[in-house]
Amino acid sequence: MKTKIYQTPSHPDANLKQYILGYTVSVLFTLSAFFLVKNTVFTRNVLEYVVASLAISQFIIQIVFFLHLFNERNPRFRLLVFLLMLAIVLILVVGSLWIMANLNHNMTLPSQIRYMNNQGGGF
Amino acid sequence: MLYFASFFLGKLNRHAIPTDMVTLGAAVSIVLGLIFGAILITYFHKWKYLWKEWLTSVDHKKIGIMYIIVAVLMLIRGGVDALMLRGQQATSVGVHHGYLSSSTFAQVFSAHGTIMIFFAAMGLMFGIINLVLPLQIGSRDVAFPFMNLTSFWLFVAGMVLVNVSLGIGDFSAAGWLAYPPLSELRYSPTVGVDYWIWSLEIAGIGSLLSGVNFFTTILKTRAPGMSLTKMPMFAWSVLCTTSLIIFAFPILTVTLTLLYLDRTMGMHFFTAAAGGNMMMYVNLIWAWGHPEVYILILPAFGIFSEIVATFSHKRLFGYRTMVGALVSITVLSFTVWLHHFFTMGAGADVNGFFGIMTMVIAIPTGVKIFNWLFTMYKGRIKFSQSMLWFFGFVGLFTVGGVAGVILAMPPADFQLHNSLFLVAHFHTMIVGGVLFGYFAGLSYWFPKIFGYKLNEKLGRISFYLWFSGFLLAFVPLYILGLLGATRRIDHYSASLGWQPLFIIAGLGVLVIASGVFMMIIQHLVSFINRDKLKDKTGDPWNGKTLEWSVSSPAPFYNFASIPVVHSRDFYWDIKNIIKHEPKEITDVLMPKNSNHAPIIGFISILFGFSMVWHIWWLSLVSLLLIIIVIFNRFNDENPNYLLRAEEIIEIEQSHLRLKES
Repeated sequence: MKTKIYQTPSHPDANLKQYILGYTVSVLFTLSAFFLVKNTVFTRNVLEYVVASLAISQFIIQIVFFLHLFNERNPRFRLLVFLLMLAIVLILVVGSLWIMANLNHNMTLPSQIRYMNNQGGGF
Repeated sequence: MLYFASFFLGKLNRHAIPTDMVTLGAAVSIVLGLIFGAILITYFHKWKYLWKEWLTSVDHKKIGIMYIIVAVLMLIRGGVDALMLRGQQATSVGVHHGYLSSSTFAQVFSAHGTIMIFFAAMGLMFGIINLVLPLQIGSRDVAFPFMNLTSFWLFVAGMVLVNVSLGIGDFSAAGWLAYPPLSELRYSPTVGVDYWIWSLEIAGIGSLLSGVNFFTTILKTRAPGMSLTKMPMFAWSVLCTTSLIIFAFPILTVTLTLLYLDRTMGMHFFTAAAGGNMMMYVNLIWAWGHPEVYILILPAFGIFSEIVATFSHKRLFGYRTMVGALVSITVLSFTVWLHHFFTMGAGADVNGFFGIMTMVIAIPTGVKIFNWLFTMYKGRIKFSQSMLWFFGFVGLFTVGGVAGVILAMPPADFQLHNSLFLVAHFHTMIVGGVLFGYFAGLSYWFPKIFGYKLNEKLGRISFYLWFSGFLLAFVPLYILGLLGATRRIDHYSASLGWQPLFIIAGLGVLVIASGVFMMIIQHLVSFINRDKLKDKTGDPWNGKTLEWSVSSPAPFYNFASIPVVHSRDFYWDIKNIIKHEPKEITDVLMPKNSNHAPIIGFISILFGFSMVWHIWWLSLVSLLLIIIVIFNRFNDENPNYLLRAEEIIEIEQSHLRLKES
């Protein structure tokens, strides 16, 4: 009789097929982005949106096939933590952009902006 | 020759030894203390015992005790810093310039802040979580016992680096958060800021690992039947704290790395010139720094929730609102960071938004205060020392919190920013809130860890000294701040008339120091009378959570058989309502002690030291060594051993005999 309490974490819902499928689809998305840029199928304006949406769909594919966020059993801690992560990253990124734009707007003299742009940086 | 020296030793040379008497004296006394300790250990032949039973132990209770020992030592070191600061401020007025030079003073306040937050408060926090959490949720250990010990050793490595800076080189003089451009190479050319960066980097990685560890422990190793809504409130607070750690500490690591790149590689993330933006540092460091203060206070809230309910002999009032308050504080604490730099140029709408969010976060905190008060309402309150800390906390925390809401108003903040009013505010929160909470927790859980209770009378005296000393030390600072005294001031004109208030504040620190002294006496006296104070039952306070169902001190395997939980205050219910049949005792797999973790800690010290002094070959070698040690550990086929059921039964029966005697 032995109670095993220190198991290596296993993912019963993860199998090799899913990983291969996810990998293939990801590669396809990346390659098609390359293809679209190289062969100028769309105008530049449309192209930007298409590439961005390809990137986002690849992001979702990876969440589904690699992180298995949507097929875990209840309670869905992974999904919950992921959503919290998204919320916090959004708060921090949007908040920082807002704050920094505000600070730059209020605290930088035109002469400083010119100076910084001359230095190769600036905004 | 010179070339070889700079290759082997980097920036290190004989000028690294400090010449000023105060620093040198401190360094020498620390070295002498270490030598004295080593002699004592050798004399009693305890090296092997120390290494085998403590330094390499993966038992969460022992790790917790080691955390607390280190944290208390750092609390004393930080306290001595505080005494030095107030001593300078009380004497350095008009024609007198005190006994500290401006640069030493700046190093001392930087060290005080860094040490108190990272090594005293965080150490006590991880210590208490380690001691209590697995027992409270009915688990045999944390989810990753080896990682737990590694976290502890990384924490120690960071602590050692801060203290090494006393004797070799100097410490940061740029304040506890080292804002650029002051912390950039141009204005802080010595290695002080690098010491600060690397001690926090290493300790911060330890904290992050601990955060992941306890988060997983709570989600994965709770006793069967203990759903999240049946979990004790302390465990809830740890769940919230660890999720804050997981999301906040990476920001710190990245920000410090960028600052180090600025200083070492000549990059321009935060410099004033070449397109750098120092406000980005302030923005990032507070995006970590504000959650950090909630990381410290949430476990204290959890501790008080346990103590108030236990000593009022009532169930906790408003369990669901308590959980709701904890979770909303967790999320909201990421939305207020700008209030640390209202005055640094943001417009009215930005300041307005973050001011309002800061006031909003006070609401769930207020909810918690009322819940504790309602828990006490009509309860049979036992005025134990743990409860005294709670009463002190309620008063101070409310005053400090209201001061915080005042500071949350941007117009008021423009007056009070960087003043001693602010210093008084956050000390009220961190001493009156965090520290009082941890002290309450330590006196409450002490018998569970050491098997005997602490002397009540001396504990009370210590509390009264702390409480009155705190008021003496910080009420003058509120007044001084309103009078216009800025923080980190090392000299002021006699005509301002501030000296009497500074002297009172200094006396207050002395009273607090006597409170610390009384605590030491209390532990000595309790240790001498440990037979009389022995906790035979394992349940000295009529506790309601699982940790009180095992013997005191808790056996190393925690639970002979893992209990099946049916209700929220399960242990009360076992004692009073339901009959509980323990399961059959079986063999248990336990984690073996590990030499790897302390070795990783030692090499991390070398790594940090070499990064500080630009000894690149040593950095590479030590990094490589750390990777080798980790791989070596991963290749360990048998990290666990089998603990026989007979052995457990024997220990349990000796506890039963003690209980009946």
